[in-house]
Amino acid sequence: MNPYIALLISFALCAIVAGIMCGASWLLGPKVENKAKSEIFETGNPPIGSIRGIRFPVKFYLTAILFVVFDIEVVFMYPWAVVFRRLGWIGLAEMAVFIAVLGVGLAYVWRVGALEWD
Amino acid sequence: MDFLISFVLALVALLILLQLTVLLLWVERKGSALIQDRVGANRANLFGGLLPFNLGIVNTLMADPLKLFHKEDIIPKDADAFLHWLAPFIAVLPLFVTFAVVPFGDVLVLGERVINLQAADVNVGLLFVLGMVSLGVYGVVIGGWASNSRYAFLGGVRGSAQMVSYEIGMGLALVAVVLTYGSLDLQEIARAQGQLMWGVIPAWGVFYQPLALVLFFIAGIAESKRPPFDLPEAESELVAGFYTEYSGSKQSMFMMSDFIEVAIVAALVTTLFFGGWQVPYLYRDGFHLPGGFFFGVPSLVVTILQVGAFLTKLFIFCWLQILVRWTYPRMRYDQLMNLGWKRLLPIGLANVVVTAVLVLALEGFTVP
Repeated sequence: MNPYIALLISFALCAIVAGIMCGASWLLGPKVENKAKSEIFETGNPPIGSIRGIRFPVKFYLTAILFVVFDIEVVFMYPWAVVFRRLGWIGLAEMAVFIAVLGVGLAYVWRVGALEWD
Repeated sequence: MDFLISFVLALVALLILLQLTVLLLWVERKGSALIQDRVGANRANLFGGLLPFNLGIVNTLMADPLKLFHKEDIIPKDADAFLHWLAPFIAVLPLFVTFAVVPFGDVLVLGERVINLQAADVNVGLLFVLGMVSLGVYGVVIGGWASNSRYAFLGGVRGSAQMVSYEIGMGLALVAVVLTYGSLDLQEIARAQGQLMWGVIPAWGVFYQPLALVLFFIAGIAESKRPPFDLPEAESELVAGFYTEYSGSKQSMFMMSDFIEVAIVAALVTTLFFGGWQVPYLYRDGFHLPGGFFFGVPSLVVTILQVGAFLTKLFIFCWLQILVRWTYPRMRYDQLMNLGWKRLLPIGLANVVVTAVLVLALEGFTVP
């Protein structure tokens, strides 16, 4: 049988179990409305308001961009690693160039301080 | 019939995982008590003392989840209700499915039928695991955003940056592993480790890729968001981080997802570096000891021994992670990012290059 059908079965089973477990409280728990209860918890102070449109350090955004760059490069290495032995030294040389470019990129990012958190 | 077997295998994989997470909850509570020299949770009874005796161990195994499931499900009034529901579901579903590709035994021979003890024998198992584990970041981000609370939001943002940073380290560590085995199929990787080096030492991944093991283990602990990498939750700074606004079973889903990741990291460490279900010198017909000794073992006993070996190794690495969790203090955020980007990434790259050269230069270096 196709292993992906087995994977699909697994997916369906897990989705049902996860769904039941997430919804358990909604099904079994009490439902008592209360104004204070439905407010968000800000260590006991009255909440200051919504976070929609809130500002946060741009560093997190930069990290996400860097992640996209480097993780895509790592993804390229997987197919290479699988057929690596058939490619031999030529394949290694090509990948070495690729990793060198990646290394230069990392060195640059490091140098300009994109990896610094203060 | 094939359909039924797949269903049973999927159920077995899921049950192993669920039982293990609940057991780990108990081990964590009792283990932390052991480490901190106190007694820990030791009391449980039904309906406020209905039973005349103390249920003891049962308390976390059953009472904790049951109690959480009976708590009220609160959605804050400004929260996005749909996303608030979606987050815990997304946090656990990919992690549940991950276990489907982990082989927990070699084969089970029932009459004429040979069953591969793996819920889904996918030939890109390792890639599937990586993909599913990285989906975990969505649970954190969506949970943090949907709650519409500052603490949750900060936790979500921190969590996303941390998890994506360590994913690179994890991916690079695994590239080196793939280079050694030449396969992404976890069952094949486990089978390859049944060979012997110099006729004595089992050819486990840890002897070929010790550095990758360390990198993978660190990145794995960081992915599971547990101390010393628990900045998204950081209870002393952010209340409970991205799940501050969750209660009842949804909150327990987030808690469980941490333990599931512990179990998955342990399962991967076992499968990739410690022979998976392999018992040294045990083959399908019995023990072949070095020096030509042979003990025949019935095939069913072989299967039981192998599954037992897998579960034992799995549990050892879960325990190791709990030890780490109760031993080290939380890192500062810049230390965390430095470790991910300035240590794991360059070391991982170097490890890939060195491994590739060694694989080509030395014939005996690879696990064929």
